[in-house]
Amino acid sequence: MVETLLNPKQMIASRIAKEMKDGDVVNLGIGLPTMIPNYLPEGCNVILQSENGYVGLGPLVGEIDPDLVDAGGKPSGIIAGGAFFDSLMSFSIIRGGHVDLAILGGLEVDEKGNLANWMIPGKLVPGMGGAMDLVVGAKKVIVAMEHTSKMGASKIVKQCTLPLTGKNVVDIIVTEMAVFRVTEAGLVLDELQEGVDLETVEKNTEASFIVNPTILSQ
Amino acid sequence: MSKTISREEISSMFKDGMTVMVGGFMGVGTPEEIVSIILENGIKDLTLISDDTAFIDTGVGPLIVNHRVKKAITTHIGKNPEAGRQMIAGELEVELVPMGTFVERVRAGGAGLGGILTPTGVGTVVEEGKEKLTVDGRVYLLEKPLHAEVALLKAYKADKNGNLIYRKAARNFNPLMALAADLVIVQVEQLVEIGEIDSNDVMTPGILVDKIFVQGGCE
Repeated sequence: MVETLLNPKQMIASRIAKEMKDGDVVNLGIGLPTMIPNYLPEGCNVILQSENGYVGLGPLVGEIDPDLVDAGGKPSGIIAGGAFFDSLMSFSIIRGGHVDLAILGGLEVDEKGNLANWMIPGKLVPGMGGAMDLVVGAKKVIVAMEHTSKMGASKIVKQCTLPLTGKNVVDIIVTEMAVFRVTEAGLVLDELQEGVDLETVEKNTEASFIVNPTILSQ
Repeated sequence: MSKTISREEISSMFKDGMTVMVGGFMGVGTPEEIVSIILENGIKDLTLISDDTAFIDTGVGPLIVNHRVKKAITTHIGKNPEAGRQMIAGELEVELVPMGTFVERVRAGGAGLGGILTPTGVGTVVEEGKEKLTVDGRVYLLEKPLHAEVALLKAYKADKNGNLIYRKAARNFNPLMALAADLVIVQVEQLVEIGEIDSNDVMTPGILVDKIFVQGGCE
């Protein structure tokens, strides 16, 4: 494999791919998370759940079918062995703990694992769609986001100020700079992305965090 | 008694101010020809119960764009910029509901339940004004049923009894909404004789369907 330099979004997607185990049922939010399957290692096959009503979401093969789209409304495919169902089944799967991993974007995540990703009052109010159910129902919740806003402000904050999607719901935060885990003791900086040093993460992170000793010993 | 219905007959069934539930997810599984009938006959001030407001030109999107909706009970308006604009301008009332709660509220409305208990939304603005109950140590919100005067469904195939088969991801909210309205009208791609759909394959039983509109308007 030819090593090529990854852009920030690719770095995030490729790192999250490593959190997946063969056979996991995974729900991917729209946008960046949909890039993750490109980085799954050989032999790691996950089953993608699409909240609009099926498992076995796959790439578009052949002609577009107007009745087969993903949760963002984009033409998609379904793998052999997949299954369609109604929205009641879809959200029973999601809320009932039958999804192993949910990967969502974020506007803010805080030290307690609170997530805000569905609205900016007075500006952007797209709605929560399925996100609030995913964060309470999935066994593990990973937030995939760039470390700072376009204005350079930290998106990992002491306390979320935007309306929450869920309270104490995030397990892992993956940015282009680092990987954090939310623990009882607080946020733990678990890994630095390649080429990023601790000082850079400290400078760009508003939240307090504990540094995993393996990083300090590097 | 025949359940099939013409454009003209459907047109006479709507009135201003009605509560209308419409199937579909981003326009997929939405009976767009019935939506166009509402647009043509000038019906307005609707309370719209639908998963999302689709795109400006698909699904229920044109109902928003043409100012036919007074209130939308929905989960997502982000792909239809006109919905967000009208909401911020105070022209459209929007009640945003988490999607899993939305579908359970529709189910409750159709299944004779007084509501459902869900952990979704606890600790967020969604809990405002709602009763909270603790069951075995976990906190839940009491979410109330949704019911409509008319439900508009889209199915792939119906027999003349109204037994329905949906296709792929176009199923979504349709089977639930078939239970949750006084009058249930379905737009179908194909209408077949009784017996031509195997009873094993029926996804929504015909007893729930009042009227069948065949796409293109023939029959």
